[in-house]
Amino acid sequence: MSTDQSKIRNFCIIAHIDHGKSTLADRIIEMTGVLTSREMQEQVLDNMDLERERGITIKAQTVRAVYKALDGEEYIFNLIDTPGHVDFNYEVSRSLAACEGAVLVVDAAQGIEAQTLANVYMAIDHNLEIIPVINKIDLPSAEPDRVVQEIEDVIGIEAQDAPRISAKAGINIRDVLEQIVKKVPAPKGDPEKPLKALVFDSVYDSYKGVIVFMRVMEGTIRQDTVIRMMATGAEAEVVEIGTFGPGRFIPCDELSAGMVGYFTASLKNVKDTRVGDTVTDANNPATEPLPGYKKVLPMVYCGMYPADGSQYPELRDALEKLQLNDAALQFEPETSIALGFGFRCGFLGLLHLDIIQERLEREYNLDLVTTAPSVIYKVFKTNGEEVEVTNPSNLPDPTVVDHMEEPIVSAEIMVKTEFLGAIMKLCQERRGVYLGMEYMEETRALLKYELPLNEIIYDFFDALKSRSKGYASFDYELKGYQQSELVKLDILINHEPVDALTFIVHGETAYERGRKMCERLQREIPRQLFDIPIQAAIGTKIIARETIKALRKDVLAKCYGGDITRKKKLLEKQKEGKKRMRQVGNVEIPQKAFMSVLKLDED
Amino acid sequence: MNRNEIELYIHIPFCVRKCAYCDFLSGPADEGTKARYLARLFDEFAFYGEMLGKGKHADRETAHGAVECKGPRRITSVFVGGGTPTSLSAEQLSGLFERLYGCFDIERDAEITVECNPGTLDANKLSALKGAGVNRLSIGLQSALDDELKLLGRIHTFEEFLKEYKAAKSLGFENINIDIMQALPGQTVGKAMRTVKTVASLEPEHISAYSLIVEEGTPFFERYGAHPELLPDEGTDRAIYHGTEEMLASAGFVHYEISNYAKPGFECRHNKGYWTGTDYIGMGLGAASLLDGVRFGNARTLEEYVSCFKDPSTVETLTGKDRMAEFFFLGLRMTEGVERAEFLRRFGIPADEVYGDVLRKHVAAGLLKDDGKKISLTERGIDISNTVMCEFL
Repeated sequence: MSTDQSKIRNFCIIAHIDHGKSTLADRIIEMTGVLTSREMQEQVLDNMDLERERGITIKAQTVRAVYKALDGEEYIFNLIDTPGHVDFNYEVSRSLAACEGAVLVVDAAQGIEAQTLANVYMAIDHNLEIIPVINKIDLPSAEPDRVVQEIEDVIGIEAQDAPRISAKAGINIRDVLEQIVKKVPAPKGDPEKPLKALVFDSVYDSYKGVIVFMRVMEGTIRQDTVIRMMATGAEAEVVEIGTFGPGRFIPCDELSAGMVGYFTASLKNVKDTRVGDTVTDANNPATEPLPGYKKVLPMVYCGMYPADGSQYPELRDALEKLQLNDAALQFEPETSIALGFGFRCGFLGLLHLDIIQERLEREYNLDLVTTAPSVIYKVFKTNGEEVEVTNPSNLPDPTVVDHMEEPIVSAEIMVKTEFLGAIMKLCQERRGVYLGMEYMEETRALLKYELPLNEIIYDFFDALKSRSKGYASFDYELKGYQQSELVKLDILINHEPVDALTFIVHGETAYERGRKMCERLQREIPRQLFDIPIQAAIGTKIIARETIKALRKDVLAKCYGGDITRKKKLLEKQKEGKKRMRQVGNVEIPQKAFMSVLKLDED
Repeated sequence: MNRNEIELYIHIPFCVRKCAYCDFLSGPADEGTKARYLARLFDEFAFYGEMLGKGKHADRETAHGAVECKGPRRITSVFVGGGTPTSLSAEQLSGLFERLYGCFDIERDAEITVECNPGTLDANKLSALKGAGVNRLSIGLQSALDDELKLLGRIHTFEEFLKEYKAAKSLGFENINIDIMQALPGQTVGKAMRTVKTVASLEPEHISAYSLIVEEGTPFFERYGAHPELLPDEGTDRAIYHGTEEMLASAGFVHYEISNYAKPGFECRHNKGYWTGTDYIGMGLGAASLLDGVRFGNARTLEEYVSCFKDPSTVETLTGKDRMAEFFFLGLRMTEGVERAEFLRRFGIPADEVYGDVLRKHVAAGLLKDDGKKISLTERGIDISNTVMCEFL
């Protein structure tokens, strides 16, 4: 089966969360008639429940559709879905590399957001043809003319003929399809050359094994090809190749240069099929891999413990299953005095952490206790040794530490000008270094800061949202490491250090953070039979203290015949609460106390 | 507990005016409502009277409808509670007892208690109660201080109470309980003790002293629910509690249950029945019953109660585990505690096999006393008894 390259259009959709990417994808799939309306789920591309609830797309997925254009020709559209979050920047860049064009969806009321901008610049870097689309024109607050102007001013691309659509109401979708046909270049590449296919995603399926999503750049992949992954070196015989129908896989005989599809082979683990790797033919290998491969590494770590210690094996199984589909997720066993057996897990970022945590809780019914997230600190010891620390309690003794370095990110925050002051204050509090500001238009500005990563992994997103009433968007990338005056802050409950509450903090903010943590814990830990001191300490120096007063009264004044059932329920509730406590020394600490210290900005 | 004994509770959900702290099923009502209610209540008398085998005690059949009753039951206590039962007229009260005796064989020396509130106890009603065989009055005084009575939304002054109390005494009531309420908003230890002292000096046979609980859905909850700082703190509350204990002990009262004090021999038999697992039948709005291991409750709205016949709105079949838990969490309310031998007799298993760890832990923490035979709460254990009791569930 050979396909006329000139009739193929490979493109993706770039949009800020909520600007309507998935809805537009649904409309495109409908218009191309691959699915009947009855078969359409509300948002076909977002498979996971979690994504739907959050309105974001986590794993890149793609779909092939046939469009009969106004010129009478049939075109093959390969819509490559891109994850919409900063944590998955690298995945986004690989998805973009598989395309020739990008549809840029901008909300007619909201305008451009920081994250959109980051992705657009990335698309321009990949030489993609950008097709701006103004969505949600049916909203009463829509200002399409203003947004067109903004696109031209800010991004510097022509936007006068941008289709003005409503993906939700199905208005002007055909304009978008026609522009894709006319503006997105057809793919190039020689089907006869040695095989080079770009991996932009892979998923694990319990029936098919690892399914590799790829864009063939050069050559042809066939049923019997023995493939080699050029970066990981894994080799395997192809079992099946095919293209993506909406919600299902459609096998075919071969895929040649310019096409998008999948293959399965006897590969056991997605670790062998890294995003960005180049697939080649082991018997006729390409000399050079495609550019741009990099191994993604976790940036944020935290401890995850089963609330019920006996669920440790279940947690391990669940993490292993998730890892099959998520090469960026790392974990290794660790033990905490306070929390027992668990895992130190590595994530691309906070959202990635959130998603994994929620999936563990929801899909695997695990009740988890999560420790404060940490970044990777570089510790330079006095003997010249350099160690990386991801668990604060593993920090070497200060006497053998020469100095420490922490990761720094460059951050861009788009915000309504009325909240500029509040957001700048927030960045200041988080040890941000102001780099500059650009006005996008009169009412909006783009703030540029350098921020220590450890200042944004706790509750920065929440703080940003609450201080801008939701009108701020945020994007960051790792810039490098920087020497910093960091200290280890221990929390002592009833004079015993609780390892799960230990964290690393900048010397200047240690006092403030220690005080807030003590206050928060005082509120979260219920009173017990005796007074419980809660202390924050740096080394042997106590820097903050609160006391939980002993419980003096907990008694039902009366309990007669008619009350017994109701009073028993009260006692049952009390007992249930006790079950969810962790015994540390002789103090019972509720699980939520461990998490509550992550959200100190609410105070 | 005696498996043969059974107690009757009769709920009168009417009062003159709802108090600001009250979350019981009660409220003012017109005469028509009262009449309809009593008619329905009398149907219940007839139903349970039939079930318990009125007049057939010697050779009674066992099965009666849905509820099976094993062996003849001795009715050893009747408690008419509310609301304010004495908000009914003297005639209504006499009629109620007449009907009651017509439906049930009540033991000759049974404890027959009626709850009453000052402001509703005229000479007529007192005579009617006396005439009806009522041998125990439980009077809701709540405070001897008029400003506190006003705060609580009571309809009476201390003077009015005193007049009625004396009238009851002179009519020959020889077993009277006085209810008082403590830890009231703004109350100091001294103020609380004034009430305790005054009440003790009146020499009733029994005193119930409750800490105020601010219950949801009451005017007090609106006032204090979000402002715990307006209520006495825990230290004050406990000082009041222990002060009361001390003062009443020196006046000759035995502290026999968390909130109850009595002259020797005058412990409330009816309530002790609840704490020792005696069966009881509750009649009237929202009343609960415990019969052969099943606890069930009547409808909780007047409309439902008056309109539908005996469909319990809640039914809970107690498992062995439930009954063991209740044995402890109710039994420990009494200062004499619970007996190991009784546990073994009732459940056929030593208490230590079921609760060994819990008992050891709380004895070690100084919350339980254990002399090898009896287990009871320590003074500190009473203060935080929920912490102890919940572990028996």
